[in-house]
Amino acid sequence: MSAASSAHVGAPAGRDGSAIPVLVITALILAAWYAACLPMNSNLPQLQNAAGDLMARYQIAWALERPVLPAPHQIVVELYNATIGTSLFRQTADGMVPNPRNLSFHAWVTLSATLLGFVIGSVLGIAIAVGIVHSRTLSKSLMPWVIVSQTIPILAIAPIIIVALGSVGLTGLVPKSIISAYLCFFPVTIGMVKGLTSPDTMQLDLMRTYNGSAAQTFWKLRWPAAMPFLFASLKVAITISLVGAIVGELPTGAQAGLGARLLSGSYFGQTIQIWAALFYAAVLAALLVVTITAAERATLRAMGARP
Amino acid sequence: MNDMRMDQATQEATPPGGGASPSVIDIRQLSLTFKTNDGPVFALKDVDLKVGAGEFVSFIGPSGCGKTTLLRVIADLETPTGGTIAINGLTPEQARLKRQYGYVFQAPALYPWRTIEKNVMLPLEVFGFSAAERRERAARNLALVNLTGFEQKFPWQLSGGMQQRASIARALSFDPQLLLMDEPFGALDEIVRDKLNEQLLRLWSDTKKTIIFVTHSIPEAVFLSTRIVVMSPRPGRIIDVIDCDLGDKRTLEIRETPEFLKIAHRVREGLRAGHSYDD
Repeated sequence: MSAASSAHVGAPAGRDGSAIPVLVITALILAAWYAACLPMNSNLPQLQNAAGDLMARYQIAWALERPVLPAPHQIVVELYNATIGTSLFRQTADGMVPNPRNLSFHAWVTLSATLLGFVIGSVLGIAIAVGIVHSRTLSKSLMPWVIVSQTIPILAIAPIIIVALGSVGLTGLVPKSIISAYLCFFPVTIGMVKGLTSPDTMQLDLMRTYNGSAAQTFWKLRWPAAMPFLFASLKVAITISLVGAIVGELPTGAQAGLGARLLSGSYFGQTIQIWAALFYAAVLAALLVVTITAAERATLRAMGARP
Repeated sequence: MNDMRMDQATQEATPPGGGASPSVIDIRQLSLTFKTNDGPVFALKDVDLKVGAGEFVSFIGPSGCGKTTLLRVIADLETPTGGTIAINGLTPEQARLKRQYGYVFQAPALYPWRTIEKNVMLPLEVFGFSAAERRERAARNLALVNLTGFEQKFPWQLSGGMQQRASIARALSFDPQLLLMDEPFGALDEIVRDKLNEQLLRLWSDTKKTIIFVTHSIPEAVFLSTRIVVMSPRPGRIIDVIDCDLGDKRTLEIRETPEFLKIAHRVREGLRAGHSYDD
């Protein structure tokens, strides 16, 4: 009990202590970023022709319309304008449709593919792990393929999946989800094989003395024992699922999605738009991980983990 | 000498000339050889032992003498390579399938995500007892090991001794007549161990169960047992079987009496004869 209470006392202090280093590093990165804006953009005509002292040149560098490296505040402004500053729907002849100028619309397109891919990938990953743990044959036949699947560069296989599924009439959400699932099943399989085999000999022997069935051993022992491993894997899986969805939007020149915004931004030299899409994706990934962490905490707490 | 001792013990439990043995455990010429890369390991060789109903039998010996292996053979957790073994006239597998024994491991082996009550209910869930029956049996057996009030705690909230008591309640929950205990108190400190020994002895005399108890502590074996089986390694075998009837109402003080010390001395002699003290 005393260990638990001292951990309680320790936790807030640790959190306070850790906030300051993070803020210091963030400030340093921002300072370096602002400082880099001038040298990075100095080849642009606006700056080559500009006269005046260093400060004046920096002010130009931080306010360029199409900079090589935009200043952080430009990205924040673009993010604001493209989300809160733009209506989510617009009036057309067909009635109200999503407004493609709103970044949140694109984010939702990508997010829906991410979530669907994550669900498919996680279920598949768990199913493969269950098979591998319960069958030597499956362990021998599947495991090499599981590993080989991840040695193929996703950028090479993504167009193949899009084209192949497109030829059977599947476009949009599903092919992107498949690419996401293809990427994210792997950590789930690896984590769950480890988790499902984590019960020690005594815990397994105990079930044997009760003559417990394979199903009982699975649901009463292996599955609960694997929970911490599952959540650790899911946190990795959700972020690479987002990467998969974005990659899935690149090769086809998709009209919507964060990947499409990245692509069109680079076509038209809209660097600020690229950075804004990038930041949106990063925030999205962070929110997804936070959500899973919250689910993890609630689940493990209900399973009697030490607070 | 061994055989004579065992025959005496058997005769107490067996009617003279009786064909069918009422022994709870009947082991004859049992051998178990593990095949390893370094050649065969003779974990058990030609073991003969009979245990009657209501006995408290301890297996004692140094590491590698096969005492735990012998217990695991009885529990059908290991398969012997030779000889016969019967538990209430059944094979170990049949006995296991009929849930005739409760097993207590070296560690509590509680499932950390289950409360103490749910841990005790685990075998009852596996066996398909009703929810009401599960609750009633959990309460009764937790009371038996003095853990009433801790039903909703998780294992980590209990001390090591309490956890092991919970695991004993779990083994007793489905009321097996045979209790197999593999160094259940080995990881506990001496003070806790003394207390649990007293409680176990009381539990044994109250419930009249047959208990097989593996230990490497001489005082523990002498204090608890009605018979002590002294074992020796390489190959794992029985080298002495010692009757040890110090009466039902023994307390820890008995360990200073001459009778107790005499039996402890004989156990030690047996271990020495089996080269257990050699390097």
